Parts: sequence; structure tokens; C-alpha cells
Amino acid sequence: MTDIALNPAAPASARPARRDIGLKRRYAAERRFKLYGITAIAIGLFFLVALMYSVFSNGYTAFWQTEVNLAINLDPKIIDPDNKRATDPNVLLTANYPILARNALAEKLGVPTTNKPAMRELGKLFSEGVRGQLRELVVANPSLIGTTQSVWVLTGADIDSAFKGQIDLTVDQTRRKVSDQQVEWMNKLKGEGAMSQRFNTGLFTYGASSRPETSGLGVALIGSLYMMLIVLCLSLPIGVAASIYLEEYAKKSRLTDIIEVNINNLAAVPSIVFGLLGLAVFINFFHMPRSASLVGGMVLTLMTLPTIIIATRAALRAVPPSIRAAALGVGASKTQMVFHHVLPLAAPGILTGTIIGLAHALGETAPLLLIGMVAFVANAPVTPLDPSTALPVQIYMWANEAERAFVERTSGAIIVLLIFLAVMNITAIILRRRFERRW
Amino acid sequence: MNKLLTTAAVLSIAVGASTVAASARDQVQVSGSSTVLPYAKIVAETFGETYPNFKTPVVESGGSGAGIKEFCKGVGEDTVDIANSSRPIKESELKSCADAGVKDVQEIRIGYDGIVFATDVKGPDWALAPKDIYTALAAQIVVDGKLVANPNSKWNQVNPALPDWDIAAYIPGEKHGTREVFEEKLMTSGCKTTGAADAIKKLGLDEKAAAAACVKIRKDGKAIDIDGDYPETLARIDANKTGVGVFGLAFYENNADKLKVATVEGVVPSTETISSGKYPVSRPLFFYVKKAHLGVIPGLKEYVDFFLNDQMIGPDSPLVEYGLVAAPDAERKAQRDAFSAGTTMK
Repeated sequence: MTDIALNPAAPASARPARRDIGLKRRYAAERRFKLYGITAIAIGLFFLVALMYSVFSNGYTAFWQTEVNLAINLDPKIIDPDNKRATDPNVLLTANYPILARNALAEKLGVPTTNKPAMRELGKLFSEGVRGQLRELVVANPSLIGTTQSVWVLTGADIDSAFKGQIDLTVDQTRRKVSDQQVEWMNKLKGEGAMSQRFNTGLFTYGASSRPETSGLGVALIGSLYMMLIVLCLSLPIGVAASIYLEEYAKKSRLTDIIEVNINNLAAVPSIVFGLLGLAVFINFFHMPRSASLVGGMVLTLMTLPTIIIATRAALRAVPPSIRAAALGVGASKTQMVFHHVLPLAAPGILTGTIIGLAHALGETAPLLLIGMVAFVANAPVTPLDPSTALPVQIYMWANEAERAFVERTSGAIIVLLIFLAVMNITAIILRRRFERRW
Repeated sequence: MNKLLTTAAVLSIAVGASTVAASARDQVQVSGSSTVLPYAKIVAETFGETYPNFKTPVVESGGSGAGIKEFCKGVGEDTVDIANSSRPIKESELKSCADAGVKDVQEIRIGYDGIVFATDVKGPDWALAPKDIYTALAAQIVVDGKLVANPNSKWNQVNPALPDWDIAAYIPGEKHGTREVFEEKLMTSGCKTTGAADAIKKLGLDEKAAAAACVKIRKDGKAIDIDGDYPETLARIDANKTGVGVFGLAFYENNADKLKVATVEGVVPSTETISSGKYPVSRPLFFYVKKAHLGVIPGLKEYVDFFLNDQMIGPDSPLVEYGLVAAPDAERKAQRDAFSAGTTMK
């Protein structure tokens, strides 16, 4: 300020008094806006964390399942009382295997097998799934009959829930599914180290079941995999071909405008509408089988096509016209220009769009309801024509179950689905990072 | 890129071609009620384990109405063989079945299902009667001989024996089969005993409109329709400890450590009181079989026989253990005889 007073002729003094340009107000507005942004992100993050917390805190236990180690005597007198197994293969299939496990458990706990009420209680400690487990063991190797095998057997679902502390054991025993006697046995086995939690491989291999301990995502995983393959194989070529034609070849006319509006509309149509369409066209008209992942895949293809077409057209449009002009300039035909130059440059964008479309399709349940895929399917599908379910469908069905043990399984299945989605989205990001070109 | 496109195109053609070679269906396909689903699942699973030469039946879930609609689409491999239902099939549905060529339908009653009221496990004991339910939840009730919009906001206004809780009842939504039982067994009966039925008739409505007015539920947010399944009702009770929810007996029994059941007309709901007819709110469960598919779809006849076996629906069976109320011996035998005789619905 003193400078100005000393040098009145200096150019600085010629500057007029500063206009009020609202600097303070504008800075304040900027700070306010930043604050709004941070609040918005914080709200989003809060719900994300809350979702993740509720899913993971409920679901992580589903990856461990309580099992009990039994020394099972594969008694030929019980498996094959009439000694006919050499001539009749059905003997080994229909034998009363659960009784073997029950006897082994009774021996371990020192309960006489003549005590019928105690045997009933004891029988609920382990899962009915032991029938299939021992049958497989014996049928694969009949020479084991007569020997004693140490086998880890799944416990019943209620015992599993009690072991994990999910059943309130302080209420009166008539109000809960496990009796005091069973809890006592459970604690005894736990103390001896014969009952413990082991990794639940069954969650990924078993099909649907009415018993929580033997129900898994096996059928749903295969069904979802088939559907994703079908969606990829159908929607990528159709979507890319449609967009290349619309973007590179078609002349702009009223017709292409109408098509464009319709594609954008279709992308926003509720997915249940595609389910209705699939029911009417694929099942009722073409007589394809119900509950098959092929039909599911085709319905989801219809649903993902608009997304892929829109993403592909955007990717094609992002390739600069100079590339096209240069290709044509050195004598390339239009098709050569598209396939040798434009498409490879647009590929990362197309792939990202496709993967996001696939991830969207992976999470859909509504269109599958009408084509019979929201169903109880116990046998693993071999071809896409066999009945199957899908991951989100399995989550929906488990969420509606009455048994306590399905609560953790529902969240466990959500974790599996989230991991799938994360892997797909990360792939999309990596593809974009690696191959994207900027101009 | 060129090669990639060609491969994709070839693959898609291959997938398309495989449909043409669709093989004959070799497993039973069932659709219908989500109330019957848990029972049908147990039977289907045990069936698959007992008969290694048949595949486990596929049981869809989508509700009684949707299931029967699919069932009535026609005869053939791409239609379902069995529709589960938590209510008897309607005349109109049977007619649409016949129009589509499904002329011979066999009805099978598998047992009964109880509907219970329950509150949070820490709540006081509840003793309800249909008239309490009606007075608490109806849209219009009779006060001093006149029909007025329901003024009650607390349970102890309805019946002094009930606790001083705000009325919050979580009842099955209108798409549920359970809603019909709720209306028929509780609202209609409560309407009669409170005298509201007579008051409504005096308004000059015809019989149908009067019956509909009787089961009208209040819309001021005190009776909440639950369109999801029982786990949603349980979650609501968890969140609102003074709420009252409607559940199936099997669901309550699986969650008895979280819920306390209310008596209706002094009777505690249990499989015994329901099969003896003492507990008033129960309903039969059904499934319907397409006769034309018997002998065509492998395992269909065996599945139905297996379902009707006392091993499955008898008094000491896995379904009863899950919560089904077994039908009396004579009724179960009559169902078996009717199925093997091939009796169809008229």
C-alpha cells in the first residue's frame, strides 16, 4: 500500500478500485458443494458398509459346517443281512446306513442301543445325508464291508446352528429344536474334539435339499455358468453385428432413428417382461423344456442385448474419424476398414460393456420365475437342457425357508454371488486399463 | 477379432441346434404353492434317494394361482405334471383346464396346515377369539348398534384381557392362499358374532357385497399386508416387539425360540388340536395330477404313490415332523383308493 502512496505515477495505481466479484461468496459456494459431494459419498459408503457388514456377519459361518468324527463299523450283518450282495447289486444301494452311524455314535457316547427314546434323540445329532455318504463309500469299495472306518459325518442342521451359537439355548427346551440332552452330548463330543467345524465344501457341490446341512449351490453354480456362456455366445455376436451395421453402414433415416429409440427403450424395460416373452415364445411356441438353463440363457440374452448394443455403438463412435479416413485413403474397403482398424480399437469398450451386461444378467431372478427356474432342483444338470436354477434364485429360495440354518446359507450364497460379480467387474476394469487408447 | 466372431457364431448355432434334439423329459415337473413347497421338497428328495432309477422331481415355487395356470396350459411334455395348491381348485380354473385339453384332473388332499398368531417370545400370553381379530382389524365395526369406521387403536380397547399394545398386525397379503383362510375362518366368523354382519345387511347390500364388506381389512396402517413369505413377517416382529404376526404352524415350530404363539378360542395350536378339529384356523393342502401324464412321464405314478404313502404323510412321518397336520386314517386311505381307482374331478 505504501508503494502506491510513494509512486502515484506507477501503473499499479492506475488500476481502479477492485470490483466486488463475489469472490468470498463463490469460494463459499464451492466449499458448500464439496461438502454436499462428501455427504453424498458418505451416505453411499454408509449403506455399502451396512450391507457388507450384515451379509458378511451373517454369512461367514456358512462356509464352515459342524461335523462329527465317527468310527463306523461297516457291519455286514446290517448292510447285507442275507449275504446276497454278490448277486443283487441293489442290496448295497438300499441298505440301512444311518443305523450304522447311529450305533457308532451310541457307542462313543456310551448310550445303550436298547434305549429307544435316547436313540431317537441321538439319530438327530447327525444328518440323514450320512445315508448317501456311506453308500458312496461302500459302493465304490465293497471290500470295506466288515472293517471299521473313521468318517467325518455332517451333524443335523439344528445341532449345527446350536454349535455355532445361533439358537438361544437359555429358553426352555420345549421352545427350541435341540433338547438339553442333545446339547449335553454336543458339548461332550466337542470336549473330546470329535465334533468340530470343518470347511463346508458341500456348499459348492450339493444341489437343493430340504435339509439345510446337505443343501448347496452346486446346481445353481452350473446353471448360472451355462446361462452366462449362452448369453455370451448369443448376445456378443448379435449385439456387435447390429451395432456395426447401425453405426458404420446404415444410412441415417427415419427407420434407423426408430430402431435407436426402441433399443434405448428396451434397455429400460422391466426384466419380468422378458420372462413373459420367454414363456410365450420359447416354451409355449417352440416347446423348449421348462426350467432349462438354455431357455434362461436365451431370455437373459434378450435382456442384455440392448445394453451391449448401446455400449458397442458408443465404443465405435469413440474411434476417431481420422482412423477411418486414413484406412479408406490407403485403399482399404469399408469392411476392411471396420474389421482391421475400427473394431480392434473399439474392442476394449465392447468387452467392458459385455461384461457389465453379463454381470447384470447374472443377478436377475424375475425373468427366470416365469420359465420355471425358481424351483427345487436336486440333480446336477449335465446339459443346458436339464432343469437347473441360478445363484440369485437360490438366494431367494433360501431366504424364504423356515429353518434357522438357512439364514446363514442365504448370506453365504450372497457372498458367493458378490465375489462372482466383483471378479467380473474387475476383469472389465483390467481390460479397459490394458487396452484402452486415448486420442 | 475375425476368428473370434466366427467361433462365437459357430458356438451359438451349435447351442441352437441342440434344442432341436431335445430329448424326452425324464423327471416329474411340479409347480404351485409356496406353502406346499417345503412338503413337496421333502417328498421329492426322499423319492430321489429311494428310487435311484428315477430322477428327483423338480418342484417350482410361484404360488397356487400361477401354478394352476401353468398346469392348465395343456397336455404334453413341456407342461407341468402336478400343481400344488394351498386351496381347492376353482370352477373357473377347472374350466380353463378343460378348454386347454386337460380334461382329467385328479385331486389329492395331503393333509392340513394350521395358521397361528404369534408375538415376540418375551411378550405376555395372548388369548384371541375371532371377534377380537375382527374388532381390531376390520375396516368397519359396530359401535352402539351403528356401523362406524374402526376407532380402536390399542388391543385392550378390543378386549380388556389383551395387553396395552398399539394395534400392529402383520397379515398375509392378498395374493397369498393363507389370506383366504384368514378371511374365511376369522373375519367372517368375527363379523357374525359381533353383529356387524347384520348391520351390513341392513345397508341393503346383496349377499356377495355383504360378504366382501365383512372381510374388508382396515387401511389406516394398523393391519399391514405382508406380500413376502413368513421370514418377512418374522423380521417385522423382530423390529416391532409389540407386533402380532400370522404364521404357518410349521414356520412357528421352527422358530419357537423367537416367537410366542397365541391361543384362539382357548386352544393352543398344535398338530393334535388341528387334526382333531379343536383349533379353528386350519386348511387342507392339495395337489392336482394330470391323468394323461400318468404312465407317460417316468416316475409320476410312483411319485404320487410315494407321496400318499403313510411313510410320508402318516402320523409319524417326516412331513408331520416338519409341521404338516396328518389327515385322519380313513381320509388318507380314501385318497389312496381314489388315486389308484383313477377318480377324476368333474
